[in-house]
Amino acid sequence: MSIEIVNVSKRFGDFVALDNVSVSIPSGQLTALLGPSGGGKSTLLRIIAGLETADSGRIEIEGVDATKLSPQKRNVGFVFQHYAAFKHLSVARNVAFGLEIRKRPKDEIRERVHELLNLVHLSQFADRLPSQLSGGQRQRMALARALAVQPTVLLLDEPFGALDAKVRKELRDWLRRLHDEVHVTTVFVTHDQEEALEVADEIVVINEGRVEQIGSPDELYDSPANDFVMRFLGPVTELGDRLVRPHDLQLLTGGGEPDAVPGRITRITRVGFEIRVVVAVGEQLVTVTLTRNEFLSLDLQVGSEVQVRVAPEVAATVGQPRLLGAV
Amino acid sequence: MTSTALSPDRPATSRRPVRSGRPLTRVSGLGLGVAMMWFSLLVLIPLAAVVVTASAGGWSTFWQAVTNEQTAAAIELTVGTAFAVTLVNIVMGTMIAWVLVRDRFFGKRALEILIDIPFALPTIVAGLVLLSLYGRNSPLGVDIANTRPAVFLAFLFVTLPFVVRTVQPVLAELERDVEEAAMSLGASRFTVFRRIILPSLTPAIAAGAALSFARGVSEYGSLVLLSGNLPMKTEVTSVRILSSIENDNLDSAAAVATILLVISFAVIVLLDVIQRRMVRRG
Repeated sequence: MSIEIVNVSKRFGDFVALDNVSVSIPSGQLTALLGPSGGGKSTLLRIIAGLETADSGRIEIEGVDATKLSPQKRNVGFVFQHYAAFKHLSVARNVAFGLEIRKRPKDEIRERVHELLNLVHLSQFADRLPSQLSGGQRQRMALARALAVQPTVLLLDEPFGALDAKVRKELRDWLRRLHDEVHVTTVFVTHDQEEALEVADEIVVINEGRVEQIGSPDELYDSPANDFVMRFLGPVTELGDRLVRPHDLQLLTGGGEPDAVPGRITRITRVGFEIRVVVAVGEQLVTVTLTRNEFLSLDLQVGSEVQVRVAPEVAATVGQPRLLGAV
Repeated sequence: MTSTALSPDRPATSRRPVRSGRPLTRVSGLGLGVAMMWFSLLVLIPLAAVVVTASAGGWSTFWQAVTNEQTAAAIELTVGTAFAVTLVNIVMGTMIAWVLVRDRFFGKRALEILIDIPFALPTIVAGLVLLSLYGRNSPLGVDIANTRPAVFLAFLFVTLPFVVRTVQPVLAELERDVEEAAMSLGASRFTVFRRIILPSLTPAIAAGAALSFARGVSEYGSLVLLSGNLPMKTEVTSVRILSSIENDNLDSAAAVATILLVISFAVIVLLDVIQRRMVRRG
């Protein structure tokens, strides 16, 4: 295990940011700390980097007890949400900064900076100032700067949070590919479940200072440990007293299957390729999402009488405690 | 990494200001006109008048006035002391600004307000305060009346707020994560200050230093009581100019004033050049 977090707690005044958190982060993988804002995930990342000290608990990085080490000695690369660019230095000198601090020979620095700028596709901007770069370019520069010192772990705090949706998606793919190439143990903080599901090998869900669940994206999505994780990782709706995903529900127009309940369609919304159908089942409004083809083949209209059920293959595979309890 | 399909980088547009050939709109034309007229009436015309008066007597009169032993001593004292005081202010002002922005302590709000007192106080009141504290009957037992340190002290007193007040807002605006980034890259606190914080503060420090120097050179009220205005010893240029005028020697007064103008201008330009260098070097 590359980063070992043992019983870490942190308070800011009366606010409990982290409550006895223990996590093991595997070597060489891309791990996401996922959770709502103010849940403590950034604090945890900053404690790993030594930018914040834990009130109690222990941090180990690659087998070395780092609890008391200063940030300078942890050999950790850190990327901030708002780039934290050294504004008065050129892109190349930003990247060279860590190496200059380490007093490496000039030739070596030049070569390494060149290599890194190629890696992040910024070679032609080497002599620009950060203010002359776009947000996405600045964040790539920050990443190159963090990688320059060959850190044991790379930590990214909401790295794409300040970027617009298109650039964010682009950089997300790019980070994944970069990681496959560089293989440095990487931890990134995000509140965007899609980002975590798409990029990470492993996700740690953190809420109100506690770890809710740790697992691969598939495990978390298919077998959430509790309602919170289920709700946070994707859209949900309630059918009876079961919490399900809208795309796991089926609409039937024909005769009654034994496990289906009758209802009436009250609303139909189309969002691109996806159709959201709201069905009133007694007092309850249930949301069902269908693909466009499914929708067309069923010939549904507002006011149609339908049967709703959880798709049989899903009911069998989702090990959701609440779901099981309700059956 | 060549396999990544990142969208091709468009060269980011240069943010360097481009001299635009666009004609002024009516409103901005009017604004520019008013600004220029105001500036001319208040600054350019009086300054030109001083230079014209100084040159009225011809080059030899000018040169004679400036190289007059007593005048030369006054210029040397004033400029030298203003320089020294500015150097002290650069260090102390930055430090005080740092303490005010970064530290939390009891009485910080009071100190914030007190900083401006030397600036807000009528200078002759400042002079009186200094005289009663460091004069003949000093309660502190420090008597520097009629000495050069009195000039130095008076300059220090009145120029204290300048660097503090120019540096403070810039320091408050600095992003802490930039310092944290440098730290996680291995930079010690001192290195972070020297290579990251200081370059960001340099323009503000230079601006404060220029103000402090200019104020020092022009100071009159706060030192006139304590320094004793002894010719060749503690007489500063402002006092020298006044006595020239009192002796009905307007040409000489204008000549000294012109020299001061040139020096002040040179210092402001020099500070700007140094500041740009510092920022670029990082």
